Amino acid sequence: MLRHSLTVLLVFLLLGCQSLSSSRSLFDELGGMPVIEKITDNFIDEISFDQQIVQHFKESDIDRFRAKLIEQICVEAGGPCTYSGDSMVDVHTKMNITEAEFNRTVDLLINAMNKAGVAHRTQNKLLARLAPMRADIIYR
Amino acid sequence: MKPLRIFAGITLGLLPVFTWAGEGKLQETAGVTQIEGSSGGGLVPWATLAGYDSRDEFSLSAFSTRVSVDDFRLYAFGAALGLFDRVELSVARQTFDLIDTPYEINQNIIGAKVRLYGDVVYSTWPQLSAGVQYKELQDDLLAELVGAEETDNGTDFYLAASKAHLGALFGYNLFWDLTLRGTKANQFGLLGYGGANNDSYEVMVEGSLAVFLGRKVALGMEYRQKPDNLAGLEEEDAMDVFVAYIPNKHFNLTAAWVDLGTIAGSDPQSGPYFSFTGYLW
Repeated sequence: MLRHSLTVLLVFLLLGCQSLSSSRSLFDELGGMPVIEKITDNFIDEISFDQQIVQHFKESDIDRFRAKLIEQICVEAGGPCTYSGDSMVDVHTKMNITEAEFNRTVDLLINAMNKAGVAHRTQNKLLARLAPMRADIIYR
Repeated sequence: MKPLRIFAGITLGLLPVFTWAGEGKLQETAGVTQIEGSSGGGLVPWATLAGYDSRDEFSLSAFSTRVSVDDFRLYAFGAALGLFDRVELSVARQTFDLIDTPYEINQNIIGAKVRLYGDVVYSTWPQLSAGVQYKELQDDLLAELVGAEETDNGTDFYLAASKAHLGALFGYNLFWDLTLRGTKANQFGLLGYGGANNDSYEVMVEGSLAVFLGRKVALGMEYRQKPDNLAGLEEEDAMDVFVAYIPNKHFNLTAAWVDLGTIAGSDPQSGPYFSFTGYLW
């Protein structure tokens, strides 16, 4: 019986992987600009209460950070924005962000999305778009 | 198993004390602990490393597992040291209890695994690790009875590739592992190594597939091909379906249904599997 159910499950998973692309853009799925702004504000909140991560923002212009992050999330989600900030490498150079700090910040972003009411599956899709930036951020 | 209960008690008791180091990895990326003490699923060692140490940290974890199939019980417990998200060193003790007989088989396993490439979440290609499991059989009577060529010790070598795909399955995170194991082991080594059918290393294919239903629960299945070395005692492949509960980076619990096939001429053996891993450091 186990052998049969494994086969059925496997077929289901393979079919699932094929129907990856949904016609709705991630930007709309997130809830557009209002939700992206909410995520960003929550994220800044999360960072400000994290004794370790907040150290990296000591000399940051938080208003600018907020504006550029909103643009960036909007662009990554396929929304109607243009990113006008600096490259990820430029921003993070000499910050010497460790892998552990990066992963902790991912957790803070997840908290921010939870508090903004973003569904788990939508969160994963956004994280997948942001994940490739890691190499430009850590150990710079 | 009194020692197991004491062990689990100590593990649980220590958890609140040691909660400040080796937590730099993303939750779930340490996997759980497989039956031979390596980071993996339940049956299959994955390319993941035990513990939540990032490249600047180290970690210590401990596990205990109980498998209750129809005519046998398999208990395992052990510990693993994770070094800088690069190396995993593990020790495990297995006790295979033949219910309704006076026999039990004990086996000690020392494992080492090195991450060769990548990150299970972030790299383009899958995380790749190479590992070794050195097994020392403490009770060789049954291995001799079934005709194993080697009844003292044996070594398995494996190469594992693991990858998590964020949001890949209807928005859920999907994980897979493929492991190739070079082995001569009969029934995980509990019945020694090699036999009249075959006495040389063979490459066995093992694999796992899991879906994360949220940040804390994973649902998956595994397949582990096994050699068939002993004359007249067909050895079948093993498989399982599992639910892993990973609420935080301090502990996880896994429940599974395991099918081990026939063991030394027995009826097909299947039953529940429970495992606990605690991260001490």
